Amino acid sequence: MTEIRHHLTDALLMGYSAGTLPEGFNLVVATHISLCDECRARMHAFDNVGGGIVDNETPEPMSMDSLNQTLDLIEAGDIAQQAAEAVSPTDTLNRRADTDVLPAPLQQYVGGDLDAVKWRKVGGGVQQAILKTDTSATVRLLRIPAGTAVPDHGHRGTELTLVLQGAFRDETDRFGTGDIEVANEDLDHQPIAEDGEDCICLAATDAPLRFNSWIPRIAQPFLRI
Amino acid sequence: MMTQTSTLMNARKPASHDAQSAKRILEQGLPGPALVKEVDLKKTHTSDRMAWVSHMQAIRDDKDRKAFAEIFGHFAPRVKGFLMKSGANPELAEDVTQEVMATLWRKAHMFDPAKASVSTWIFTIARNRKIDVLRKQRRPEPEDLPWGPEAEPAQEDVLALQQDCENLNEALAALPDKQKELIVKAYYGDLTHNEIAEQTGLPLGTIKSRIRLALERLRHQMK
Repeated sequence: MTEIRHHLTDALLMGYSAGTLPEGFNLVVATHISLCDECRARMHAFDNVGGGIVDNETPEPMSMDSLNQTLDLIEAGDIAQQAAEAVSPTDTLNRRADTDVLPAPLQQYVGGDLDAVKWRKVGGGVQQAILKTDTSATVRLLRIPAGTAVPDHGHRGTELTLVLQGAFRDETDRFGTGDIEVANEDLDHQPIAEDGEDCICLAATDAPLRFNSWIPRIAQPFLRI
Repeated sequence: MMTQTSTLMNARKPASHDAQSAKRILEQGLPGPALVKEVDLKKTHTSDRMAWVSHMQAIRDDKDRKAFAEIFGHFAPRVKGFLMKSGANPELAEDVTQEVMATLWRKAHMFDPAKASVSTWIFTIARNRKIDVLRKQRRPEPEDLPWGPEAEPAQEDVLALQQDCENLNEALAALPDKQKELIVKAYYGDLTHNEIAEQTGLPLGTIKSRIRLALERLRHQMK
């Protein structure tokens, strides 16, 4: 595991813990945490804030027979579970194989590792694959050939870019495998993939990007970027 | 373990024998005088937390219905309150709370008291159900760690983390009202991620560092 230098923000971690992020952002956060023990520990800390809120909650009386109803639910669940395990005794561990590039939460959206990604060309050698989530954010995999630039762009909302393979540089810094860049309205940037390996990123936006040249602007409605 | 469950719905505190054993743990083999001083102040609350932890272990190991009934009696009304403040009507909140508590039973083996208090674990189950039912969204979860949830954490790590949760809770209570209100609103889902402040004023450093160290140690053992 290479050392991760760019981490999730507190606001993103709190939103993830509270469960209020767009689904596409949740996917980027869960994927970063899969690669980063530091942010995993911070996530647990924020979850413990949620526990504190439950502790301090004003109790709402449960209905008369609710404990017994719950015990019935448990028994019904036990029977269903035994039936399911009799059919397919799989362990449901959410883990990737050592040689896989994509962390487990991302593989669930892709339907496998890198070889299962359905890439489409978006120009300049760059390829993308949009992943299916709810519409509150758009999330895509990007494959940027080594040494290639992504079109210069700004942002209306928030853009999260997580590096899964290779590295890129922009006006702010270098982002290597596992690093996440959190960009907002203030940042106009032109990411360039480093020489060597192709750079593969997971990118999510909660508003369309703002391109600074006219060709990508024409292509934008078709490419959903 | 079979015991009668008649009066248990009224239970507000964990059974006293468990509190006793938790107190014993608190008094024995604790590292560092600083923690002992803290313990004097917070003995009751932390020993309650430790007792809830042993209730979870009784559910996991013995399918103990008495322990479950006590956890239910204490936490289910709070979960229901939390769900109603998050926008669920009373009927839906009741149903979802029952599902949350049934999940607590079924997944008792997944609970890790070196990373979460019982209330935290219940919160995460309730949050996930809330996303599913109220927001109709899929929830991507981080990858499981290589050692899996079956590794039994060291007792002193559990105690230290439960103490951290207690401290965190007190810090939350001590925040200025406006700040506290913002955090609570964020967890009820009343704030978008853009409205959540980058500086919460919550002292999360200690609890984060402890979990971070535990993760590092476990990764090291795996090699």
